[in-house]
Amino acid sequence: MEIKVLGPGCPNCKELERRVVKAISETGIGANIVKVTDFSEIGKYAMMTPGIVINEKLVHEGKPLPRVEQIKKWIENGK
Amino acid sequence: MFDLIADSLTYGMLRLPHGSRIAESVRFFLYDVPKIYFLLAVIVFLVAIARSFLPPERIRSILSRENEFLGNITAASLGIFTPFCTCSAIPLFIGMLESGVPLGVTMSFLVASPMINEVALVMLWGLFGWRIALIYVLSGMAVAVVSGFVIGRAGMERYLEDFVLKTKSPGTGPDQRRGWNDRFAYGTEYVKEIFSQVWLYVMLGVGLGALIHGYVPVDLVARLAGKGNPFAVPVAVLIGVPLYSNAAGTIPVVQALMEKGLGTGTVLAFMMAVTGLSLPEFMILRKVLKPPLLLTFFGMVAIGIVFVGYLFNYIF
Repeated sequence: MEIKVLGPGCPNCKELERRVVKAISETGIGANIVKVTDFSEIGKYAMMTPGIVINEKLVHEGKPLPRVEQIKKWIENGK
Repeated sequence: MFDLIADSLTYGMLRLPHGSRIAESVRFFLYDVPKIYFLLAVIVFLVAIARSFLPPERIRSILSRENEFLGNITAASLGIFTPFCTCSAIPLFIGMLESGVPLGVTMSFLVASPMINEVALVMLWGLFGWRIALIYVLSGMAVAVVSGFVIGRAGMERYLEDFVLKTKSPGTGPDQRRGWNDRFAYGTEYVKEIFSQVWLYVMLGVGLGALIHGYVPVDLVARLAGKGNPFAVPVAVLIGVPLYSNAAGTIPVVQALMEKGLGTGTVLAFMMAVTGLSLPEFMILRKVLKPPLLLTFFGMVAIGIVFVGYLFNYIF
């Protein structure tokens, strides 16, 4: 499974990435994280950052950031 | 109500002598901090509810129907309800251009979005009263409308980075279950997030403000940076640029300085520079705007802010 974290590198994006890493390790599902920092790539998926794309599908964009529990649900659904 | 709490804590519990400097400072702190936390919770919640009706796709479709000028005004108004950091607004900026929103209109949005945000609004309302908060919103909108309009007229589309107009952006966002329950949950979550980010800065800012309130001599600021000093406004703007969107920490300090003689216009200009002009924002915008457009954008906003500063120093 591929999880993309969209964001140009502001503090919110880093926090989101941290939560995604935590969610992945808690679910125990093998997934690799791809950080997308380029606006030309981000723009293909979302209209607000930070965002999460699971298997090419946008599941979250903008603030407030989703909680780890919520991210775990998305990961399990996208499995 | 907040008066009573502050009085009973200062003079009752802490038994500080009436009229002393320390009592003045402590009372100031105990009055402002709870009041701001309260306003923050209420206003941020309400703005979040309003925002839940305005997902980015909606904003884009509203603006793509507008023509110039009216579009600039609509864009500036919608900017009030959007997240305040520029980096989160850039994908929307790209999406709007791609769906045919004029460059000038998107620029108005890009100016208003960080400048007029709910935290700045709460701080201004809580510490300066609703009049100054309203003046801030209206003059911020004016700066956004005028600078966007001028950039639109100047025909600077060729100074967008090449990929911007080529990006095919998504038609819809993630599935939004948006019943009232979801909106309330969204609002609550938003309040928690903002709170966790700013509560400390509110305390530090108000604390510093309280010290100034109690200990800085009344005419010191007035003499150094009062209305009589023509450099007060531009210098305030320059100082504001590196204080990246930290409205929570800076507004209380500025409020205390205003009591000591800083001009109203200088205060407004400073606040706008803090929220609307910043170095990190400059770097991020550089990824989508080529230097001539980027400099025009910053130049226009800076001129607008300085103008607002002089105008309100003159009026008040």
